[in-house]
Amino acid sequence: MAMNYNSKDEVDGGPPCAPGGTAKSRRPDNTAFKQQRLPAWQPILTAGTVLPTFFIIGLIFIPIGIGIFVTSNNIREIEGNVFMYYGLSNFYQNHRRYVKSRDDSQLNGDSSALLNPSKECEPYRRNEDKPIAPCGAIANSMFNDTLELFLIGNDSSPTPITLKKKGIAWWTDKNVKFRNPPGGETLEERFKGTTKPVNWLNPVYMLDSDPDNNGFINEDFIVWMRTAALPTFRKLYRLIERKSDLHPTLPAGRYYLNITYNYPVHSFDGRKRMILSTISWMGGKNPFLGIAYIAIGSISFLLGVVLLVINHKYRNSSNTADITI
Amino acid sequence: MDCSLVRTLVHRYCAGEENWVDSRTIYVGHREPPPGTEAYIPQRYPDNRIVSAKYTFWNFIPKNLFEQFRRIANFYFLIIFLVQLIIDTPTSPVTSGLPLFFVITVTAIKQGYEDWLRHKADNAMNQCPVHFIQHGKLVRKQSRKLRVGDIVMVKENEIFPCDLIFLSSSRGDGTCHVTTASLDGESSHKTHYAVQDTKGFHTEEEIDGLHATVECEQPQPDLYKFVGRINVYNDLNDPVVRPLGSENLLLRGATLKNTEKIFGVAIYTGMETKMALNYQSKSQKRSAVEKSMNVFLIVYLCILISKALINTVLKYVWQSEPFRDEPWYNQKTEAERQRNLFLRAFTDFLAFMVLFNYIIPVSMYVTVEMQKFLGSYFITWDEDMFDEDTGEGPLVNTSDLNEELGQVEYVFTDKTGTLTENNMEFKECCIEGHVYVPHVVCNGQVLPDSSGIDMIDSSPGVSSREREELFFRALCLCHTVQVKDDDDVDGPRMSPGSGKSCVYISSSPDEVALVEGVQRLGFTYLRLKDSYMEILNRDSGIERFELLEILSFDSVRRRMSVIVKSATGEIYLFCKGADSSIFPRVIEGKVDQIRSRVERNAVEGLRTLCVAYKRLIPEEYEGICKLLQATKVALQDREKKLAEAYEQIEKDLILLGATAVEDRLQEKAADTIEALQKAGIKVWVLTGDKMETAAATCYACKLFRRSTQLLELTTKKIEEQSLHDVLFELSKTVLRCSGSLARDNFSGLSADMQDYGLIIDGAALSLIMKPREDGSSSNYRELFLDICRNCSAVLCCRMAPLQKAQIVKLIKLSKEHPITLAIGDGANDVSMILEAHVGIGVIGKEGRQAARNSDYAIPKFKHLKKMLLVHGHFYYIRISELVQYFFYKNVCFIFPQFLYQFFCGFSQQTLYDTAYLTLYNISFTSLPILLYSLMEQHVSIDTLKRDPSLYRDIAKNALLRWRVFIYWTFLGLFDALVFFFGAYFMFENTTVTNNGQIMTTSTHMIFGNWTFGMLVFTVMVFTVTLKLALDTHYWTWINHFVIWGSLLFYIVFSLLWGGIIWPFLNYQRMYYVFIQMLSSGPAWLAVVLLVTVGLLPDVLKKVLCRQLWPTATERVQSPCPTAARRGPHPQEVAFTFWNSEEYATLPPTLGPAQGPLGSSLSRGCPGSGPEMPV
Repeated sequence: MAMNYNSKDEVDGGPPCAPGGTAKSRRPDNTAFKQQRLPAWQPILTAGTVLPTFFIIGLIFIPIGIGIFVTSNNIREIEGNVFMYYGLSNFYQNHRRYVKSRDDSQLNGDSSALLNPSKECEPYRRNEDKPIAPCGAIANSMFNDTLELFLIGNDSSPTPITLKKKGIAWWTDKNVKFRNPPGGETLEERFKGTTKPVNWLNPVYMLDSDPDNNGFINEDFIVWMRTAALPTFRKLYRLIERKSDLHPTLPAGRYYLNITYNYPVHSFDGRKRMILSTISWMGGKNPFLGIAYIAIGSISFLLGVVLLVINHKYRNSSNTADITI
Repeated sequence: MDCSLVRTLVHRYCAGEENWVDSRTIYVGHREPPPGTEAYIPQRYPDNRIVSAKYTFWNFIPKNLFEQFRRIANFYFLIIFLVQLIIDTPTSPVTSGLPLFFVITVTAIKQGYEDWLRHKADNAMNQCPVHFIQHGKLVRKQSRKLRVGDIVMVKENEIFPCDLIFLSSSRGDGTCHVTTASLDGESSHKTHYAVQDTKGFHTEEEIDGLHATVECEQPQPDLYKFVGRINVYNDLNDPVVRPLGSENLLLRGATLKNTEKIFGVAIYTGMETKMALNYQSKSQKRSAVEKSMNVFLIVYLCILISKALINTVLKYVWQSEPFRDEPWYNQKTEAERQRNLFLRAFTDFLAFMVLFNYIIPVSMYVTVEMQKFLGSYFITWDEDMFDEDTGEGPLVNTSDLNEELGQVEYVFTDKTGTLTENNMEFKECCIEGHVYVPHVVCNGQVLPDSSGIDMIDSSPGVSSREREELFFRALCLCHTVQVKDDDDVDGPRMSPGSGKSCVYISSSPDEVALVEGVQRLGFTYLRLKDSYMEILNRDSGIERFELLEILSFDSVRRRMSVIVKSATGEIYLFCKGADSSIFPRVIEGKVDQIRSRVERNAVEGLRTLCVAYKRLIPEEYEGICKLLQATKVALQDREKKLAEAYEQIEKDLILLGATAVEDRLQEKAADTIEALQKAGIKVWVLTGDKMETAAATCYACKLFRRSTQLLELTTKKIEEQSLHDVLFELSKTVLRCSGSLARDNFSGLSADMQDYGLIIDGAALSLIMKPREDGSSSNYRELFLDICRNCSAVLCCRMAPLQKAQIVKLIKLSKEHPITLAIGDGANDVSMILEAHVGIGVIGKEGRQAARNSDYAIPKFKHLKKMLLVHGHFYYIRISELVQYFFYKNVCFIFPQFLYQFFCGFSQQTLYDTAYLTLYNISFTSLPILLYSLMEQHVSIDTLKRDPSLYRDIAKNALLRWRVFIYWTFLGLFDALVFFFGAYFMFENTTVTNNGQIMTTSTHMIFGNWTFGMLVFTVMVFTVTLKLALDTHYWTWINHFVIWGSLLFYIVFSLLWGGIIWPFLNYQRMYYVFIQMLSSGPAWLAVVLLVTVGLLPDVLKKVLCRQLWPTATERVQSPCPTAARRGPHPQEVAFTFWNSEEYATLPPTLGPAQGPLGSSLSRGCPGSGPEMPV
């Protein structure tokens, strides 16, 4: 092993050096680091130091929890912007074969990937010798039911509620990650040489009439392409914007939901749902977080009390115990 | 004259040649022997190339890779990597390939560099020029071209290029001096002798005319053994046959000193030289921590396999319904469908293995290696272990055993040179019962005018004056001391008092002390010149004695003799040796008086030697001469025959007197031993010395106390009773005591406890160890071990080096498998140093052999205290935390992956992105634990030194016991459950969406599976790092920097990784995931909540354990105010009382009491005592 000795010699107050110059050079440095005497903060976790922490955690967590819980439960009120979700259950979007069955380059508008999609897309890579755009199982199984919401007034015919299609995907996804292939005047030309996914009714350039929401940058498509973490999931479908401060977004009344049923779920024992929700400062309705905060805060507070008792008792008993040793 | 004898020997040798062909015959100068001599079988010898390098340029890569993959861990990772390459696995091969590649490359570069250095050294050595004789001329050639049989010339201060038979020297007497510092570390000059018949050849031409053959044994590694024969052919006569011994052999690596030049013939070259044969590396020692690490590893491997199995089985159960296996939205390819079911299941199993393989991280091995390597520098840097006098600091020869220093249960220490200084000082001599004490002042300094003698007994008569002078002459002559008059001697020992500076050098410090002592008594040994020893007597006259024979010292005989011829022609044999080896051979002299004096001195811890003489008549001498000559020529069993011859010669002696030499205790030896005992370490002294001396030393260094009841298991006692009875009696005594008193481990040394000390000698030990006829030897061993276990101290005296190793082995293999440490300074301790778990060499006076063979070398015995109590303790807690923490953090890492399989249809979907899988162990969580394992000090250095009992807290691998391991594993499981289900409930009840109102409406989006993983991962990195922060007791700026720095690095990395579309990646799954997560309020709340929950149980456990069942360490750690308020601890008071009592009742005869009282007593808070660390 190589020894690393500096000839630097910092003797402070030590005895004079031994006879012979060799001693000097081998002498280790008297630095705080080498002598393991660096100044250090030496905290010890004792009941005394931890007790206040427990109480503080309790005091902070319980109010937060209550706050969250209350906000979360208030979300019922259909005021402000309303979000419309579709939910699927027993649908394994997180299956490995499914998750990797996409080609991000193709979705990013890469022309070579468009015509020659990644092998990961198999068996949804090519159809009738034409590359599929967008390729892969995820795209192929895009949710294609149409949901329409109507308010049934007291007198007149049902009035349709305006459902906003845009603004439901991540901004970065829509503007950076997903791009239509370049070239061509029309979208159809840009996708020339490709074919539609097998299960789709229309090709990708006919997803929407709005050119800003068509092709790969169709927001329904982008939302679908973000694979869900769990087999029961919901995805944002539409936004119902609040028109004015005076009227609630969805006033009380009878509503009528029109579903164009395209999407089969029976074969895998699945369920479909439609959810309407508003969003608070801490997201959608989520009692879990609030309850958890309250629970942990209470436990922490309780533990603080227990520790206090133990600490008190121990001090009394320890002295007697020591004497008997 | 003795040709006939030689011839018979030759014939005997030839007759036995069939069964002993392991000899070689060398034609000196490649000259064929004259026809008519026996035909020799020509042999092939290697050239003189030294190859210490392991690899060549061509075989480096395959050989090095092979070596590396022989390690189980590396092999395992290689397999995982290959599996990833071959089958379709959830993680990219990069995740395990990159770390493995890194580890392999770094190791290969390190080994390659080391090997390159070796190549360079080899080349330098193989190419250095050598002079040798060819056709009567001096030729310079490269060293590697040297062949066996070449005649070589070596000049002063040159290193011998190979093993040579010494033919002639420029000195007239045919001697030369060499130092073997690079071979065995002894820097003293040793004299070697040229072959008698060739020492006259001084020039190249003469030496070229030499016609001789050398027969010798095949090379063997023992540096000190050599037997051979040289046949010198003259033109006319029969060949002259001379014996060759190690005194004629010049070894490669030794340096020629004080001699202008020598000629020699090469007999062993290259890799066959004794030096090269000694290169063989020591066997690798493994520490207890490493062993438990491997056990844990196997446990985790089992967990890994069972996880993979469970998942595979569940996968196929779950998939049994076809709509799950292949729903319409997620079809398989045709190839996948057609694959064989079993093959599929097997691939799935492998894929799960790969998915979970991070539970056994490559990086743990790297970190452990780095911790050991870097950590060992703290030992070499330690200023406290630097010795001012010798200028030596501690050496670390292996860093594999750092933590083992914290686990030592048995210390086996040598006495001479380890416990004692091996700085001999002549104390007194006793001649015919009269005691002479030279005027001596303490500290080894002698007053200049101290030539007088104190007569303690009545003044001697005339005849006794003759005896007295004979005694002094005997001391002056009977030794192997050399006189050095030149200045540049390594390690000089100036003879004090004398006007001229003559320096005595000897391999044995006793001899030097004696010669110096006699010098103060009026007789000065001047020099050895041309076989004449010159003595300056009291009347300043020079007396010359011809040195006829030296019967050198060996540890079996324990004596040495010289035969000298005085100027008047009288022949004397002087013999000097241990009392036990002299008294039986004495027929005359005042044996009883001297014996009683010797015994008295021995009890006081002095080393005694007896001196005897015998006057020889010329005929007797002739006989002796013949006998010695005959044995010296013998090729076989020469040692044994020599010993027999010596036995015959050294008898019927007349006792002259005895000497006493003091070997002072090393500084703070007693303090150190006391501290070690308080630390729960059993200290055994193993010495070759006699019982009385050794016992006295043991008392002096507080190994035995006044209250210790000594149990003797010695030859004397066994002679009285049978071994069986003695053993049973002793065990009864010991066990009765331990049976009646419940033996509390902690207060094992408390005052009311009777403690026992055992003394055993070598002969008794060999009786115990000897297997009995019926093969039930283990009975005695068990009994003996039982006794030993119940003794607080054991002294083994009269031990042969091998017996020392035997004892160590006996304890090492006993059923508790305790960790043993052997410490010694001499060549005789090497065997036990190699045998023990940890071998420590004291860089002492008896050469550096022990230091070279040891795992650690320290300058003084006292440094052992800091080595074990501070460094050992630190290394142990550091590495055990390192190991446990690594397993913990990988459970946290992998278990969520396992849980996720239940929610993704057992499809091996990973929770985290490849980059995070790879970097988790490499960069996000690696540095804090590495720095922790280098810097952590759970209590201060001073506290550890002051309170040795803290060492008991970590005894028996306490921090790596199953209980602790299971605690850590369950903590990891708990945390993993918290992370996973915390995130799960966040995601399940409702979509976690973004802040819709505060931010613009366009960012209230759905989070996918990668966000889920990211949340788990973020919580995990924070929890795992903060868990380490909670465990850190010593926060230097480095710890702050590294802990907060790696959290910051994680955040910065995640921002970068998700902030850019990386062009080289074919997927962009992490794009903006982290940033989106951070912009969501619930995610922040969840991180805070889950980190708190993850840390809560550990904090609770820590606080409760500290409060309810504090360990000694934790008591010491408690902050001062509490302790100070409580006032003096009752226990401390009792402790102090006991100690002061102990000090007061020490026998006054046992030398200076060492160490100030109470230096190691106070065990309260650091601030309460006067020895507040500064």
